[in-house]
Amino acid sequence: MEKRILIIIPCYNEEASLPSLVRELRAVTGYHISILAVNDCSVDNTAEVIAQCSVNALHLPVNLGIGGAMQSGFLYARENGFDIAIQVDGDGQHPPSELHKLIEHHLANGTNVVIGSRFLSASAFRSTPMRRIGIRYLHFLSRLLTGKKIYDGTSGFRLFDRKAIEVAAELYPDEYPEPESLVMFSKAGLSIEEVAVDMRPRQGGISSIRNFASFYYIVKVSIAMCYSFIRHSKK
Amino acid sequence: MARIQILAIIVSLLFLAYISYLIIKGKLREEYAITWIICTVVLIVFSFWRNGLEVMSHLFGVYEAPNLVFTAAIFVILIYLLHLSVVNSKLHTNNKKLAQEIALLKEKIDTLTKDKK
Repeated sequence: MEKRILIIIPCYNEEASLPSLVRELRAVTGYHISILAVNDCSVDNTAEVIAQCSVNALHLPVNLGIGGAMQSGFLYARENGFDIAIQVDGDGQHPPSELHKLIEHHLANGTNVVIGSRFLSASAFRSTPMRRIGIRYLHFLSRLLTGKKIYDGTSGFRLFDRKAIEVAAELYPDEYPEPESLVMFSKAGLSIEEVAVDMRPRQGGISSIRNFASFYYIVKVSIAMCYSFIRHSKK
Repeated sequence: MARIQILAIIVSLLFLAYISYLIIKGKLREEYAITWIICTVVLIVFSFWRNGLEVMSHLFGVYEAPNLVFTAAIFVILIYLLHLSVVNSKLHTNNKKLAQEIALLKEKIDTLTKDKK
């Protein structure tokens, strides 16, 4: 039987990039794909743009942050019995043309969580040096806590199978969920693998991790990862 | 090492352990824990570094070292209280929004079910 796939698009003020993203997603063929936009209380015209694109949407009445938005998507996926959920960010960084790489990897290997990684491919998307140091540190920390070599732990371009959806629907970090959820998934005994994908620079909107916030990001994520490790080790 | 130093260090470490316990149990969010962990680390540093207080007083031009402790502590506590009030206000607003949203949805569902009958 063909697997039912849900594309979850968390969006916060993504009116500029959303229409072309939805158009590209609709152009992906060969799979049974549904699209769900999660509007995290945007203050621009995202809600109207979503309505114009006529995709299913969850409009959150209060701003929950990317993690809270994603968890709402996971709850929807669980409620409606989807086999696979894939996160595609609303800013257009994750090209729908790369979706098949994640899906095929899951279908071939049965991996619970597949991460679309920027650093495995030759034409990797370049980021700033400071960001690279941060990413290298996170790589070290996640390797320490999960025992897995994950190169792009901050990538949000991810596929979750039904088991992972169950876990994430129960508990998912609100703020900066990507690195911390790796610890959660690995502690839940799920398999995590990366595939190389090409990513684009963002099409619109601004990154949630800017310079003045990046120190806070590192501190918060480190604490969250360590405590997540202890918390899930006890069970 | 003086007895008071050892006592201060033990109390600080117990405090740190309690903060960790709260986070692990999910009763304290990491965002708030950061402040508490920093406070505890400061306490531990000054427990080890006895002259630290004198040095800091000199630096700020305070004659009586304990005065610096009280001024700094009260200032930090006030700022943090203000921050908590802001957080509380935001929660209040969000809570109101949620209640209103649910009430509107309920009304919508009621009208829909009535129409069907």
